Amino acid sequence: MATHTGGLTGTEDRGTAGGQGTIEDGGTDRAATVRIGNLVRSFGVRRILDGLDLTIAPGEFVALLGRSGSGKSTLLRALARLDHDVAGSGELAAPDNLSVVFQDARLLPWKRVLDNVVLGLTGPDAEQRGRAALAEVGLEGRERAWPIELSGGEQQRVSLARSLVRDPELLLADEPFGALDALTRIRMHVLLRRLCERHRPAVLLVTHDVDEAIVLADRVVVLEQGRIAADLPVELPAPRRHGSSEYAALRDRLLAQLGVDLAEDGGQA
Amino acid sequence: MSTTLSDKQPPAARKQAAPAARPLARRHTRKRLAPGRPVPYGWALGALLLLGLWAAGSATGLIDARSLPAPWTIAVAAGDLIEDGRLQSNLATSAQRALLGLVIGVAGGLLFAMVSGLSRVGEALIDGPVQIKRAIPSLALIPLLILWFGIGETMKVVTIALGVFVPIYIHTHNGLRGIDNRYAELAETVRLSRPQFVRHVVLPGALPGFLLGMRFAVTAAWLALVVVEQVNATSGIGYMMELARTYGQIDIILVGLVVYGLLGLFSDALVRLVERRTLTWRRTLGD
Repeated sequence: MATHTGGLTGTEDRGTAGGQGTIEDGGTDRAATVRIGNLVRSFGVRRILDGLDLTIAPGEFVALLGRSGSGKSTLLRALARLDHDVAGSGELAAPDNLSVVFQDARLLPWKRVLDNVVLGLTGPDAEQRGRAALAEVGLEGRERAWPIELSGGEQQRVSLARSLVRDPELLLADEPFGALDALTRIRMHVLLRRLCERHRPAVLLVTHDVDEAIVLADRVVVLEQGRIAADLPVELPAPRRHGSSEYAALRDRLLAQLGVDLAEDGGQA
Repeated sequence: MSTTLSDKQPPAARKQAAPAARPLARRHTRKRLAPGRPVPYGWALGALLLLGLWAAGSATGLIDARSLPAPWTIAVAAGDLIEDGRLQSNLATSAQRALLGLVIGVAGGLLFAMVSGLSRVGEALIDGPVQIKRAIPSLALIPLLILWFGIGETMKVVTIALGVFVPIYIHTHNGLRGIDNRYAELAETVRLSRPQFVRHVVLPGALPGFLLGMRFAVTAAWLALVVVEQVNATSGIGYMMELARTYGQIDIILVGLVVYGLLGLFSDALVRLVERRTLTWRRTLGD
């Protein structure tokens, strides 16, 4: 099997993906890392999430697309348990061992790079693991730098290292590359893909970039008015490049689902 | 092109061309509205000039030595005081009072700021009373403190501590409240415990505010010291000055004033040094 269809068949090789049964709710589908049923989240009278269902298998890479205001971030924050004062109901099972990559790198400016990576880690080998994680994202030798001394892309790589050093079962990423320039973003895609193949967390990547979703994910989910409007597997061979007819077909379909009329926009998303 | 043309023009035409060229020339000498570059050693210039005027006035007899002795007279007085050990022992007593008051005041201000900054209940209970205390000058409390604690060391240290407490509380609390909520979110996602959150996020985040409060606090400590030592004391720089007043030794009074001035200057410089050392992460951004 090609390397990144692994997520789709991930239920079989769960043993290596660290499925230690930390799923809070046993339920019927014990293999799932994330199980969301009939989730409702509202701000005032507005229902942002309106009866949403979603399951993510261990090691599966899911991209969540949606127009702004469709509830992408609300869903991610619900999974990360950051929605303290939000009213809602529904079933939500996610592992405790999850990690979040925010759109801003969110490094503590008063801690050096390595101290940011190992923030909250305990144990004698924490520093060693932190160094290894930094090396993995290509920032060896920058351990003693202050966050302010790094470029935007480097800061986001530190933030990735901070997530991966925790060996999360679930990685939540909220438009992590949204603030980066196009070239840096492509490099980050390659890096993220490689890291995910090595560490095998289940991933939920929130993005508004259709190409990013297709290049990275095993499955693309489109959110519309607080529900899943489309759920498409990405079955493309390993180096996913623009140009192949399958790629174009999937892209058109997702764009149409997002309400972009290609005939009028001249093919530009 | 234009230069060769104008060179060949008759004098009359050249005169006409001149006003047209003027705005260009003026642009180079446009007056700067901002203060511009700093004068080297500017911080010392004003003080040295003042000292020079004072010395000149004393030497020429323009300044009456009975109301303001010459700088060298004061230097001699300081030398005598050091020789017989009075300056050192009084300075040691004063410094001990100030330091003790400072330590107690800083500890209290920090503790209250943390409780009030980290919990809503704490804020409701603490912030109001502190704001009321802030409206009452510590020095106005001295009569009450004398009745409570007598005229001994306790009263002096408590007065200094109260003066230090307020700026430490206000600025640390302000710094705490100014910490970006996104860092609290981050702390939740990396599952920091509350003590870890305080240690890694709250304290470093509030440090710039605390150090600003510290600069006000050291000044407040010396100020309170001066007052309590002149109200009722049997030792200390203030007592030394008070005694000199009784005997009309104006040079000793001035030595005391100079010592107070230097103490304030040095302690502020010390806090700023600590500021530069501990806030390296910010300095790389600032300068």
